[in-house]
Amino acid sequence: MIEAVTTATTRAAAAPAAPFDAERVRAEFPILQQQVRGKPLVYLDSAATAQKPRAVLDALARYYEQDNANVHRGVHALSERATRAYEGARVTVARFLGADPREVVFVRGTTEAVNLVAQTFGRQRLGAGDEVVVTTLEHHSNIVPWQLVAAERGAAVVPAPVDDRGELDLEALGRLLERPRVRLLAVTQVSNALGTVTPLDRIAAMARARGVPVLVDGAQGAPHLGLDVRQAGVDFYAFSGHKLYGPTGIGVLWAKREHLEAMPPWQGGGDMIRSVTFEGSTWNDVPHKFEAGTPHIAGAVGLAAAIDWVTARGLPAIAAHERALLRHAEAALREVPGLRLVGEPRERAGALSFVMEGIHPHDLATIVDRHGVAIRAGHHCAQPLMQRFGLAATSRASFAAYNLPSDVEALVRALHAARELFG
Amino acid sequence: MSELQDLYQEVILDHGRRPRNFGKLEGATHQAEGRNPLCGDHLTIEARVEDGAVVEARFVGDGCAISKASASVMTGLVKGKRADEIDALFETFHRLVTEGPAAADELPGLGKLAVFGGVHEFPTRVKCASLPWHTLRAALRGGGTASTE
Repeated sequence: MIEAVTTATTRAAAAPAAPFDAERVRAEFPILQQQVRGKPLVYLDSAATAQKPRAVLDALARYYEQDNANVHRGVHALSERATRAYEGARVTVARFLGADPREVVFVRGTTEAVNLVAQTFGRQRLGAGDEVVVTTLEHHSNIVPWQLVAAERGAAVVPAPVDDRGELDLEALGRLLERPRVRLLAVTQVSNALGTVTPLDRIAAMARARGVPVLVDGAQGAPHLGLDVRQAGVDFYAFSGHKLYGPTGIGVLWAKREHLEAMPPWQGGGDMIRSVTFEGSTWNDVPHKFEAGTPHIAGAVGLAAAIDWVTARGLPAIAAHERALLRHAEAALREVPGLRLVGEPRERAGALSFVMEGIHPHDLATIVDRHGVAIRAGHHCAQPLMQRFGLAATSRASFAAYNLPSDVEALVRALHAARELFG
Repeated sequence: MSELQDLYQEVILDHGRRPRNFGKLEGATHQAEGRNPLCGDHLTIEARVEDGAVVEARFVGDGCAISKASASVMTGLVKGKRADEIDALFETFHRLVTEGPAAADELPGLGKLAVFGGVHEFPTRVKCASLPWHTLRAALRGGGTASTE
Protein backbone atom coordinates (compact mmCIF):
# COMPACT_ATOMS: atom_id res chain seq x y z
CA MET A 1 0.00 0.00 0.00
CA ILE A 2 1.34 3.41 -0.94
CA GLU A 3 0.82 6.03 1.72
CA ALA A 4 0.03 9.52 0.52
CA VAL A 5 2.46 12.06 1.88
CA THR A 6 0.67 14.38 4.23
CA THR A 7 2.01 17.86 4.58
CA ALA A 8 -1.12 19.85 5.20
CA THR A 9 -4.31 19.41 7.14
CA THR A 10 -6.33 18.10 4.26
CA ARG A 11 -4.58 15.09 2.86
CA ALA A 12 -5.51 16.10 -0.66
CA ALA A 13 -3.37 19.22 -0.38
CA ALA A 14 -0.19 17.16 -0.75
CA ALA A 15 1.31 16.87 -4.24
CA PRO A 16 0.10 13.94 -6.34
CA ALA A 17 2.66 11.13 -6.42
CA ALA A 18 1.74 9.30 -9.62
CA PRO A 19 -0.05 10.24 -12.83
CA PHE A 20 -3.76 9.60 -12.50
CA ASP A 21 -5.25 7.48 -15.25
CA ALA A 22 -8.98 8.18 -15.05
CA GLU A 23 -9.89 5.72 -17.82
CA ARG A 24 -8.16 2.92 -15.96
CA VAL A 25 -9.76 3.94 -12.68
CA ARG A 26 -13.19 3.89 -14.31
CA ALA A 27 -12.54 0.40 -15.66
CA GLU A 28 -12.24 -0.82 -12.05
CA PHE A 29 -15.94 -0.07 -11.42
CA PRO A 30 -18.09 -2.90 -12.80
CA ILE A 31 -21.37 -0.99 -12.40
CA LEU A 32 -20.18 1.79 -14.70
CA GLN A 33 -19.74 -0.60 -17.62
CA GLN A 34 -23.49 -0.81 -18.24
CA GLN A 35 -25.98 0.95 -20.46
CA VAL A 36 -28.97 2.70 -18.92
CA ARG A 37 -32.01 3.34 -21.10
CA GLY A 38 -29.95 2.39 -24.12
CA LYS A 39 -27.16 4.87 -23.36
CA PRO A 40 -23.82 4.42 -21.57
CA LEU A 41 -24.38 5.18 -17.89
CA VAL A 42 -23.15 8.63 -16.84
CA TYR A 43 -23.14 8.64 -13.06
CA LEU A 44 -23.07 12.14 -11.59
CA ASP A 45 -24.63 11.38 -8.22
CA SER A 46 -21.61 10.31 -6.18
CA ALA A 47 -22.42 12.87 -3.48
CA ALA A 48 -25.45 10.69 -2.73
CA THR A 49 -23.43 7.50 -2.87
CA ALA A 50 -20.25 6.54 -4.68
CA GLN A 51 -19.89 3.40 -6.78
CA LYS A 52 -17.61 0.62 -5.58
CA PRO A 53 -14.40 -0.58 -7.22
CA ARG A 54 -13.74 -4.28 -7.85
CA ALA A 55 -11.28 -4.31 -4.90
CA VAL A 56 -14.07 -3.44 -2.44
CA LEU A 57 -16.55 -5.91 -3.95
CA ASP A 58 -13.90 -8.64 -3.80
CA ALA A 59 -13.02 -7.84 -0.18
CA LEU A 60 -16.69 -8.18 0.81
CA ALA A 61 -17.06 -11.50 -1.02
CA ARG A 62 -13.76 -12.79 0.37
CA TYR A 63 -14.78 -11.93 3.91
CA TYR A 64 -18.11 -13.77 3.64
CA GLU A 65 -16.63 -16.70 1.72
CA GLN A 66 -13.61 -17.26 3.95
CA ASP A 67 -13.62 -15.43 7.27
CA ASN A 68 -17.19 -14.77 8.40
CA ALA A 69 -17.71 -15.21 12.15
CA ASN A 70 -18.68 -13.04 15.07
CA VAL A 71 -15.97 -10.86 16.53
CA HIS A 72 -14.32 -10.49 19.95
CA ARG A 73 -15.93 -13.46 21.68
CA GLY A 74 -15.11 -16.63 19.77
CA VAL A 75 -11.92 -18.61 20.29
CA HIS A 76 -12.13 -20.52 17.01
CA ALA A 77 -10.07 -19.77 13.93
CA LEU A 78 -12.76 -17.94 11.97
CA SER A 79 -13.66 -15.67 14.87
CA GLU A 80 -9.99 -14.86 15.30
CA ARG A 81 -9.71 -13.98 11.61
CA ALA A 82 -12.93 -11.94 11.63
CA THR A 83 -11.75 -10.07 14.73
CA ARG A 84 -8.39 -9.41 13.13
CA ALA A 85 -10.07 -8.12 9.96
CA TYR A 86 -12.47 -5.90 11.93
CA GLU A 87 -9.84 -4.44 14.23
CA GLY A 88 -7.45 -4.17 11.28
CA ALA A 89 -10.08 -2.05 9.54
CA ARG A 90 -10.09 0.25 12.57
CA VAL A 91 -6.32 0.69 12.23
CA THR A 92 -6.71 1.48 8.52
CA VAL A 93 -9.32 4.13 9.32
CA ALA A 94 -7.14 5.56 12.08
CA ARG A 95 -4.18 5.85 9.70
CA PHE A 96 -6.44 7.57 7.12
CA LEU A 97 -7.35 10.17 9.76
CA GLY A 98 -3.95 10.45 11.43
CA ALA A 99 -5.57 9.21 14.64
CA ASP A 100 -5.32 6.58 17.35
CA PRO A 101 -7.42 3.44 16.59
CA ARG A 102 -8.94 3.69 20.07
CA GLU A 103 -10.56 6.92 18.92
CA VAL A 104 -12.32 5.28 15.96
CA VAL A 105 -15.91 4.20 16.56
CA PHE A 106 -17.67 2.24 13.83
CA VAL A 107 -21.23 3.42 13.24
CA ARG A 108 -23.79 3.08 10.45
CA GLY A 109 -22.85 6.34 8.82
CA THR A 110 -22.44 10.06 9.31
CA THR A 111 -26.01 10.49 10.52
CA GLU A 112 -25.58 7.92 13.27
CA ALA A 113 -22.23 9.44 14.26
CA VAL A 114 -23.78 12.89 14.74
CA ASN A 115 -26.71 11.43 16.65
CA LEU A 116 -24.30 9.52 18.88
CA VAL A 117 -22.45 12.71 19.78
CA ALA A 118 -25.68 14.67 20.26
CA GLN A 119 -27.18 12.02 22.54
CA THR A 120 -24.05 11.55 24.67
CA PHE A 121 -21.75 14.55 24.57
CA GLY A 122 -24.63 16.89 23.76
CA ARG A 123 -26.93 15.58 26.43
CA GLN A 124 -24.12 15.73 28.98
CA ARG A 125 -22.94 19.23 28.10
CA LEU A 126 -26.13 21.10 27.23
CA GLY A 127 -28.29 22.77 29.82
CA ALA A 128 -31.14 25.27 29.73
CA GLY A 129 -30.10 28.40 27.85
CA ASP A 130 -27.04 26.80 26.23
CA GLU A 131 -26.46 27.02 22.50
CA VAL A 132 -25.22 24.83 19.65
CA VAL A 133 -24.03 26.76 16.61
CA VAL A 134 -24.70 25.02 13.28
CA THR A 135 -24.10 26.55 9.89
CA THR A 136 -26.63 27.22 7.15
CA LEU A 137 -24.61 24.92 4.87
CA GLU A 138 -25.45 21.87 6.94
CA HIS A 139 -27.20 18.72 5.81
CA HIS A 140 -30.30 17.94 7.88
CA SER A 141 -28.26 15.22 9.59
CA ASN A 142 -26.12 17.90 11.22
CA ILE A 143 -29.12 20.03 12.22
CA VAL A 144 -31.90 17.76 13.40
CA PRO A 145 -29.90 15.71 15.95
CA TRP A 146 -28.99 19.02 17.63
CA GLN A 147 -32.60 20.19 17.56
CA LEU A 148 -33.66 16.95 19.26
CA VAL A 149 -31.16 17.22 22.10
CA ALA A 150 -31.63 20.99 22.39
CA ALA A 151 -35.38 20.57 22.80
CA GLU A 152 -34.82 17.98 25.48
CA ARG A 153 -32.30 20.12 27.38
CA GLY A 154 -33.91 23.53 26.92
CA ALA A 155 -30.99 24.62 24.75
CA ALA A 156 -31.09 26.43 21.40
CA VAL A 157 -29.70 25.72 17.93
CA VAL A 158 -28.27 28.91 16.43
CA PRO A 159 -27.60 29.13 12.67
CA ALA A 160 -24.41 30.69 11.29
CA PRO A 161 -25.11 32.55 8.03
CA VAL A 162 -23.92 31.89 4.48
CA ASP A 163 -23.17 34.64 1.95
CA ASP A 164 -24.32 34.90 -1.67
CA ARG A 165 -21.32 32.92 -2.90
CA GLY A 166 -22.43 30.00 -0.75
CA GLU A 167 -19.56 30.47 1.69
CA LEU A 168 -19.68 30.78 5.45
CA ASP A 169 -19.70 34.35 6.74
CA LEU A 170 -16.69 33.96 9.01
CA GLU A 171 -17.13 37.32 10.72
CA ALA A 172 -20.68 36.46 11.67
CA LEU A 173 -19.55 33.01 12.78
CA GLY A 174 -16.85 34.62 14.93
CA ARG A 175 -19.46 36.84 16.59
CA LEU A 176 -21.69 33.84 17.28
CA LEU A 177 -18.81 31.95 18.85
CA GLU A 178 -18.30 34.85 21.27
CA ARG A 179 -21.71 34.32 22.80
CA PRO A 180 -21.20 33.03 26.34
CA ARG A 181 -23.47 29.98 26.21
CA VAL A 182 -22.15 28.30 23.05
CA ARG A 183 -21.26 24.70 23.90
CA LEU A 184 -20.54 23.24 20.46
CA LEU A 185 -20.00 24.18 16.83
CA ALA A 186 -21.28 21.72 14.20
CA VAL A 187 -19.90 22.44 10.75
CA THR A 188 -19.52 20.59 7.48
CA GLN A 189 -16.21 20.16 5.70
CA VAL A 190 -17.87 20.34 2.29
CA SER A 191 -21.45 21.39 1.48
CA ASN A 192 -23.32 18.44 -0.02
CA ALA A 193 -25.60 20.78 -1.96
CA LEU A 194 -23.20 23.44 -3.28
CA GLY A 195 -19.79 21.80 -2.99
CA THR A 196 -18.44 24.66 -0.85
CA VAL A 197 -15.25 23.75 1.01
CA THR A 198 -15.24 25.40 4.44
CA PRO A 199 -11.97 26.78 5.87
CA LEU A 200 -11.76 24.27 8.70
CA ASP A 201 -8.33 25.38 9.93
CA ARG A 202 -9.56 28.93 10.55
CA ILE A 203 -12.90 27.84 11.93
CA ALA A 204 -11.30 25.37 14.33
CA ALA A 205 -8.83 28.04 15.50
CA MET A 206 -11.67 30.51 16.10
CA ALA A 207 -13.63 27.94 18.08
CA ARG A 208 -10.58 26.82 20.02
CA ALA A 209 -9.87 30.40 21.05
CA ARG A 210 -13.34 30.47 22.59
CA GLY A 211 -13.07 26.98 24.08
CA VAL A 212 -15.89 25.68 21.88
CA PRO A 213 -15.61 22.04 20.76
CA VAL A 214 -16.03 21.44 17.02
CA LEU A 215 -17.85 18.58 15.30
CA VAL A 216 -17.09 18.23 11.60
CA ASP A 217 -19.44 16.50 9.17
CA GLY A 218 -16.98 14.81 6.81
CA ALA A 219 -19.53 12.92 4.70
CA GLN A 220 -18.61 14.93 1.61
CA GLY A 221 -15.14 15.96 2.74
CA ALA A 222 -13.64 12.53 3.39
CA PRO A 223 -13.91 11.28 -0.23
CA HIS A 224 -12.45 14.44 -1.77
CA LEU A 225 -10.13 15.97 0.82
CA GLY A 226 -9.68 13.60 3.73
CA LEU A 227 -8.73 15.14 7.03
CA ASP A 228 -5.80 14.88 9.39
CA VAL A 229 -7.91 15.25 12.50
CA ARG A 230 -5.02 16.16 14.80
CA GLN A 231 -3.66 18.91 12.59
CA ALA A 232 -7.17 20.21 11.98
CA GLY A 233 -7.59 20.64 15.72
CA VAL A 234 -11.21 19.51 15.79
CA ASP A 235 -12.98 17.39 18.40
CA PHE A 236 -15.27 15.12 16.35
CA TYR A 237 -15.16 13.94 12.73
CA ALA A 238 -17.92 11.88 11.14
CA PHE A 239 -18.03 10.24 7.74
CA SER A 240 -19.80 7.49 5.80
CA GLY A 241 -18.18 4.53 4.08
CA HIS A 242 -20.53 4.49 1.12
CA LYS A 243 -19.56 7.94 -0.13
CA LEU A 244 -15.92 6.86 0.02
CA TYR A 245 -16.30 3.92 -2.42
CA GLY A 246 -17.14 1.59 0.47
CA PRO A 247 -20.31 -0.28 1.44
CA THR A 248 -23.47 1.28 2.83
CA GLY A 249 -24.26 0.80 6.51
CA ILE A 250 -20.76 1.50 7.78
CA GLY A 251 -19.34 4.82 8.88
CA VAL A 252 -16.95 6.32 11.35
CA LEU A 253 -17.10 8.60 14.32
CA TRP A 254 -13.68 9.85 15.29
CA ALA A 255 -13.52 11.70 18.60
CA LYS A 256 -10.73 12.87 20.85
CA ARG A 257 -9.95 10.18 23.38
CA GLU A 258 -10.73 12.47 26.32
CA HIS A 259 -14.23 13.05 24.97
CA LEU A 260 -14.90 9.36 24.35
CA GLU A 261 -13.73 8.54 27.87
CA ALA A 262 -16.02 11.18 29.39
CA MET A 263 -19.07 10.45 27.24
CA PRO A 264 -21.66 7.98 28.59
CA PRO A 265 -22.53 4.96 26.45
CA TRP A 266 -25.24 5.52 23.87
CA GLN A 267 -26.71 2.10 23.18
CA GLY A 268 -26.53 -0.79 25.63
CA GLY A 269 -25.96 -4.41 24.72
CA GLY A 270 -23.31 -7.00 24.14
CA ASP A 271 -19.70 -6.05 23.49
CA MET A 272 -20.03 -2.59 25.08
CA ILE A 273 -19.89 -3.92 28.65
CA ARG A 274 -17.18 -5.18 30.94
CA SER A 275 -19.52 -6.91 33.35
CA VAL A 276 -23.24 -7.09 33.86
CA THR A 277 -25.09 -7.76 37.10
CA PHE A 278 -28.61 -6.82 38.14
CA GLU A 279 -27.06 -4.37 40.58
CA GLY A 280 -25.37 -2.54 37.74
CA SER A 281 -23.03 -2.87 34.79
CA THR A 282 -19.63 -1.51 33.88
CA TRP A 283 -18.52 -0.39 30.46
CA ASN A 284 -15.94 -1.72 28.10
CA ASP A 285 -12.98 0.45 27.09
CA VAL A 286 -13.30 2.96 24.25
CA PRO A 287 -14.12 2.61 21.44
CA HIS A 288 -15.99 -0.63 22.26
CA LYS A 289 -18.10 1.23 24.81
CA PHE A 290 -19.91 2.76 21.81
CA GLU A 291 -20.30 -0.40 19.74
CA ALA A 292 -23.16 -2.37 21.28
CA GLY A 293 -24.18 -5.57 19.52
CA THR A 294 -22.63 -7.37 16.59
CA PRO A 295 -21.12 -4.69 14.41
CA HIS A 296 -21.16 -4.46 10.61
CA ILE A 297 -17.98 -6.52 10.31
CA ALA A 298 -18.12 -6.98 6.55
CA GLY A 299 -18.86 -3.27 6.20
CA ALA A 300 -15.75 -2.37 8.16
CA VAL A 301 -13.70 -4.78 6.02
CA GLY A 302 -15.17 -3.20 2.89
CA LEU A 303 -14.48 0.31 4.18
CA ALA A 304 -10.84 -0.61 4.87
CA ALA A 305 -10.57 -1.98 1.31
CA ALA A 306 -12.02 1.29 0.01
CA ILE A 307 -9.55 3.37 2.01
CA ASP A 308 -6.70 1.18 0.75
CA TRP A 309 -8.01 1.67 -2.78
CA VAL A 310 -8.16 5.46 -2.37
CA THR A 311 -4.76 5.59 -0.70
CA ALA A 312 -3.12 3.49 -3.42
CA ARG A 313 -4.40 5.82 -6.15
CA GLY A 314 -3.57 8.79 -3.98
CA LEU A 315 -6.24 11.05 -2.55
CA PRO A 316 -4.28 14.10 -3.78
CA ALA A 317 -4.32 12.71 -7.33
CA ILE A 318 -8.03 11.92 -7.10
CA ALA A 319 -8.70 15.41 -5.75
CA ALA A 320 -6.73 17.07 -8.54
CA HIS A 321 -8.63 15.04 -11.14
CA GLU A 322 -11.96 16.01 -9.57
CA ARG A 323 -10.99 19.68 -9.35
CA ALA A 324 -10.17 19.71 -13.07
CA LEU A 325 -13.52 18.06 -13.83
CA LEU A 326 -15.39 20.61 -11.70
CA ARG A 327 -13.69 23.51 -13.44
CA HIS A 328 -14.54 21.98 -16.80
CA ALA A 329 -18.14 21.43 -15.71
CA GLU A 330 -18.51 24.98 -14.38
CA ALA A 331 -17.30 26.43 -17.67
CA ALA A 332 -19.42 24.09 -19.80
CA LEU A 333 -22.59 24.66 -17.76
CA ARG A 334 -22.22 28.44 -17.93
CA GLU A 335 -22.58 28.11 -21.72
CA VAL A 336 -25.99 26.43 -21.42
CA PRO A 337 -28.71 29.04 -22.11
CA GLY A 338 -30.82 29.89 -19.06
CA LEU A 339 -28.63 27.94 -16.65
CA ARG A 340 -27.51 29.53 -13.39
CA LEU A 341 -25.04 28.02 -10.96
CA VAL A 342 -26.20 28.26 -7.34
CA GLY A 343 -23.37 29.55 -5.20
CA GLU A 344 -19.93 30.40 -6.50
CA PRO A 345 -17.63 29.32 -3.69
CA ARG A 346 -13.93 30.03 -4.18
CA GLU A 347 -13.09 26.49 -3.23
CA ARG A 348 -15.35 23.68 -4.31
CA ALA A 349 -15.16 19.91 -3.98
CA GLY A 350 -17.28 17.15 -5.45
CA ALA A 351 -20.54 18.85 -6.32
CA LEU A 352 -22.17 21.79 -8.01
CA SER A 353 -25.78 22.91 -8.01
CA PHE A 354 -27.68 24.73 -10.71
CA VAL A 355 -31.12 25.81 -11.81
CA MET A 356 -32.48 26.24 -15.32
CA GLU A 357 -34.91 28.98 -16.14
CA GLY A 358 -38.42 27.64 -16.74
CA ILE A 359 -37.54 23.99 -15.98
CA HIS A 360 -38.10 22.61 -12.50
CA PRO A 361 -35.17 20.50 -11.22
CA HIS A 362 -37.34 17.38 -11.08
CA ASP A 363 -38.39 17.70 -14.67
CA LEU A 364 -34.76 18.30 -15.57
CA ALA A 365 -33.55 15.21 -13.69
CA THR A 366 -36.23 13.08 -15.36
CA ILE A 367 -35.24 14.28 -18.80
CA VAL A 368 -31.47 13.86 -18.38
CA ASP A 369 -32.06 10.42 -16.85
CA ARG A 370 -33.67 9.36 -20.12
CA HIS A 371 -30.36 10.33 -21.71
CA GLY A 372 -28.54 7.97 -19.36
CA VAL A 373 -27.31 10.76 -17.06
CA ALA A 374 -27.89 10.35 -13.32
CA ILE A 375 -28.07 13.64 -11.40
CA ARG A 376 -29.90 14.57 -8.23
CA ALA A 377 -32.78 17.02 -8.00
CA GLY A 378 -34.39 18.33 -4.85
CA HIS A 379 -33.46 20.09 -1.65
CA HIS A 380 -30.53 17.74 -0.99
CA CYS A 381 -31.56 17.43 2.66
CA ALA A 382 -30.41 21.03 3.09
CA GLN A 383 -33.68 22.95 3.24
CA PRO A 384 -32.32 25.89 5.29
CA LEU A 385 -29.65 26.39 2.63
CA MET A 386 -32.26 26.22 -0.14
CA GLN A 387 -34.32 28.83 1.74
CA ARG A 388 -31.22 31.02 2.02
CA PHE A 389 -31.06 31.06 -1.78
CA GLY A 390 -34.84 31.42 -2.17
CA LEU A 391 -35.15 28.04 -3.90
CA ALA A 392 -37.23 24.95 -3.22
CA ALA A 393 -34.87 22.70 -5.14
CA THR A 394 -31.81 22.60 -7.38
CA SER A 395 -30.22 20.11 -9.73
CA ARG A 396 -26.89 18.77 -8.53
CA ALA A 397 -24.11 17.10 -10.46
CA SER A 398 -21.42 15.47 -8.37
CA PHE A 399 -18.11 13.95 -9.37
CA ALA A 400 -15.80 11.19 -8.21
CA ALA A 401 -12.54 9.56 -9.22
CA TYR A 402 -14.20 7.58 -12.04
CA ASN A 403 -15.79 10.49 -13.87
CA LEU A 404 -14.41 11.71 -17.19
CA PRO A 405 -14.72 14.92 -19.18
CA SER A 406 -17.02 12.97 -21.51
CA ASP A 407 -19.50 12.72 -18.59
CA VAL A 408 -19.67 16.52 -18.52
CA GLU A 409 -20.26 16.58 -22.29
CA ALA A 410 -23.08 14.03 -21.89
CA LEU A 411 -24.70 16.15 -19.18
CA VAL A 412 -24.49 19.28 -21.30
CA ARG A 413 -26.03 17.47 -24.29
CA ALA A 414 -28.87 16.23 -22.08
CA LEU A 415 -29.46 19.74 -20.71
CA HIS A 416 -29.73 21.09 -24.25
CA ALA A 417 -32.29 18.36 -25.01
CA ALA A 418 -34.28 19.44 -21.95
CA ARG A 419 -34.19 23.04 -23.14
CA GLU A 420 -35.45 21.94 -26.53
CA LEU A 421 -38.32 19.92 -25.02
CA PHE A 422 -39.41 22.73 -22.71
CA GLY A 423 -38.88 25.49 -25.29
CA MET B 1 -37.22 9.47 -26.25
CA SER B 2 -40.90 8.99 -27.14
CA GLU B 3 -41.63 8.28 -23.44
CA LEU B 4 -40.39 11.78 -22.62
CA GLN B 5 -42.69 13.22 -25.28
CA ASP B 6 -45.57 11.18 -23.83
CA LEU B 7 -44.84 12.58 -20.38
CA TYR B 8 -44.26 16.17 -21.40
CA GLN B 9 -47.12 16.55 -23.85
CA GLU B 10 -47.68 20.05 -25.12
CA VAL B 11 -50.80 20.39 -22.95
CA ILE B 12 -48.81 19.56 -19.83
CA LEU B 13 -46.01 21.97 -20.70
CA ASP B 14 -48.60 24.65 -21.36
CA HIS B 15 -50.43 24.10 -18.06
CA GLY B 16 -47.06 23.93 -16.28
CA ARG B 17 -45.99 27.26 -17.73
CA ARG B 18 -49.35 29.02 -17.45
CA PRO B 19 -51.32 27.20 -14.80
CA ARG B 20 -55.07 27.89 -14.75
CA ASN B 21 -56.83 28.66 -11.46
CA PHE B 22 -53.54 29.78 -9.95
CA GLY B 23 -53.71 32.18 -7.01
CA LYS B 24 -55.71 32.78 -3.87
CA LEU B 25 -59.42 32.08 -3.78
CA GLU B 26 -61.63 34.71 -2.20
CA GLY B 27 -64.39 33.25 -0.05
CA ALA B 28 -62.88 29.79 0.14
CA THR B 29 -64.74 27.38 2.42
CA HIS B 30 -62.18 24.56 2.28
CA GLN B 31 -58.42 24.59 2.26
CA ALA B 32 -55.51 22.16 2.61
CA GLU B 33 -51.79 22.14 2.16
CA GLY B 34 -49.95 19.41 0.27
CA ARG B 35 -46.33 18.47 0.63
CA ASN B 36 -43.99 16.04 -1.00
CA PRO B 37 -41.36 15.57 1.70
CA LEU B 38 -39.03 13.84 -0.74
CA CYS B 39 -38.51 16.90 -2.88
CA GLY B 40 -39.86 19.79 -0.80
CA ASP B 41 -42.59 20.64 -3.29
CA HIS B 42 -45.67 22.15 -1.72
CA LEU B 43 -48.99 23.58 -2.75
CA THR B 44 -52.10 24.95 -1.13
CA ILE B 45 -55.50 24.25 -2.59
CA GLU B 46 -58.57 26.30 -1.74
CA ALA B 47 -62.12 25.47 -2.69
CA ARG B 48 -65.51 27.09 -2.36
CA VAL B 49 -68.24 24.54 -1.78
CA GLU B 50 -71.92 25.41 -2.13
CA ASP B 51 -74.79 22.95 -1.73
CA GLY B 52 -72.34 20.07 -1.57
CA ALA B 53 -70.57 20.86 -4.83
CA VAL B 54 -67.25 22.60 -5.58
CA VAL B 55 -68.06 25.94 -7.16
CA GLU B 56 -64.47 26.99 -7.57
CA ALA B 57 -61.00 25.67 -6.74
CA ARG B 58 -57.67 27.45 -6.97
CA PHE B 59 -54.10 26.65 -5.98
CA VAL B 60 -50.79 28.31 -5.13
CA GLY B 61 -47.40 26.72 -4.65
CA ASP B 62 -44.19 25.66 -6.19
CA GLY B 63 -43.56 22.44 -8.03
CA CYS B 64 -42.51 20.70 -11.20
CA ALA B 65 -44.34 20.88 -14.51
CA ILE B 66 -46.17 17.62 -13.77
CA SER B 67 -47.54 18.71 -10.40
CA LYS B 68 -48.49 22.19 -11.61
CA ALA B 69 -50.19 20.84 -14.72
CA SER B 70 -52.01 18.28 -12.60
CA ALA B 71 -53.26 20.97 -10.20
CA SER B 72 -54.19 23.21 -13.11
CA VAL B 73 -56.21 20.56 -14.96
CA MET B 74 -57.77 19.23 -11.76
CA THR B 75 -58.99 22.58 -10.46
CA GLY B 76 -60.76 23.07 -13.78
CA LEU B 77 -62.30 19.60 -13.87
CA VAL B 78 -63.77 19.56 -10.39
CA LYS B 79 -65.98 22.62 -10.83
CA GLY B 80 -69.59 21.67 -10.21
CA LYS B 81 -68.65 18.27 -8.81
CA ARG B 82 -69.53 16.74 -5.45
CA ALA B 83 -66.93 15.04 -3.26
CA ASP B 84 -68.01 11.54 -4.33
CA GLU B 85 -67.75 12.50 -8.00
CA ILE B 86 -64.28 13.90 -7.32
CA ASP B 87 -63.30 10.64 -5.62
CA ALA B 88 -64.41 8.75 -8.73
CA LEU B 89 -62.39 11.10 -10.95
CA PHE B 90 -59.38 10.55 -8.72
CA GLU B 91 -59.80 6.77 -9.11
CA THR B 92 -59.64 7.18 -12.86
CA PHE B 93 -56.65 9.47 -12.59
CA HIS B 94 -54.84 7.17 -10.19
CA ARG B 95 -55.31 4.13 -12.43
CA LEU B 96 -54.11 6.17 -15.38
CA VAL B 97 -50.87 7.41 -13.77
CA THR B 98 -49.98 4.13 -12.06
CA GLU B 99 -51.06 1.57 -14.68
CA GLY B 100 -51.33 3.49 -17.93
CA PRO B 101 -54.02 4.47 -20.44
CA ALA B 102 -55.20 0.92 -21.17
CA ALA B 103 -56.11 0.34 -17.51
CA ALA B 104 -58.12 3.56 -17.29
CA ASP B 105 -59.80 3.27 -20.67
CA GLU B 106 -63.20 2.17 -19.41
CA LEU B 107 -63.27 4.42 -16.36
CA PRO B 108 -65.47 7.52 -16.12
CA GLY B 109 -64.24 11.03 -16.73
CA LEU B 110 -60.99 10.24 -18.51
CA GLY B 111 -61.40 13.12 -20.98
CA LYS B 112 -58.96 15.89 -20.16
CA LEU B 113 -57.03 13.64 -17.76
CA ALA B 114 -55.78 11.60 -20.70
CA VAL B 115 -52.80 13.98 -21.11
CA PHE B 116 -51.31 12.35 -17.99
CA GLY B 117 -51.18 9.00 -19.79
CA GLY B 118 -47.37 9.13 -19.99
CA VAL B 119 -46.78 9.40 -16.25
CA HIS B 120 -47.01 5.64 -15.61
CA GLU B 121 -43.72 5.16 -17.48
CA PHE B 122 -42.07 7.28 -14.78
CA PRO B 123 -42.84 5.69 -11.39
CA THR B 124 -40.86 8.36 -9.52
CA ARG B 125 -43.17 11.05 -10.90
CA VAL B 126 -46.51 9.51 -9.89
CA LYS B 127 -46.37 11.38 -6.60
CA CYS B 128 -45.89 14.70 -8.41
CA ALA B 129 -49.06 14.09 -10.42
CA SER B 130 -51.10 12.82 -7.45
CA LEU B 131 -50.22 15.47 -4.86
CA PRO B 132 -52.86 18.04 -5.98
CA TRP B 133 -55.58 15.37 -5.86
CA HIS B 134 -54.60 14.19 -2.39
CA THR B 135 -54.56 17.79 -1.25
CA LEU B 136 -57.96 18.67 -2.70
CA ARG B 137 -59.54 15.56 -1.19
CA ALA B 138 -57.96 16.43 2.18
CA ALA B 139 -59.44 19.93 1.89
CA LEU B 140 -62.91 18.56 1.16
CA ARG B 141 -62.65 16.17 4.10
CA GLY B 142 -62.01 19.11 6.42
CA GLY B 143 -58.56 20.48 5.72
CA GLY B 144 -55.18 19.86 7.20
CA THR B 145 -52.15 18.62 5.37
CA ALA B 146 -51.80 16.01 2.66
CA SER B 147 -48.53 14.29 2.08
CA THR B 148 -47.31 11.94 -0.60
CA GLU B 149 -45.68 9.81 2.09
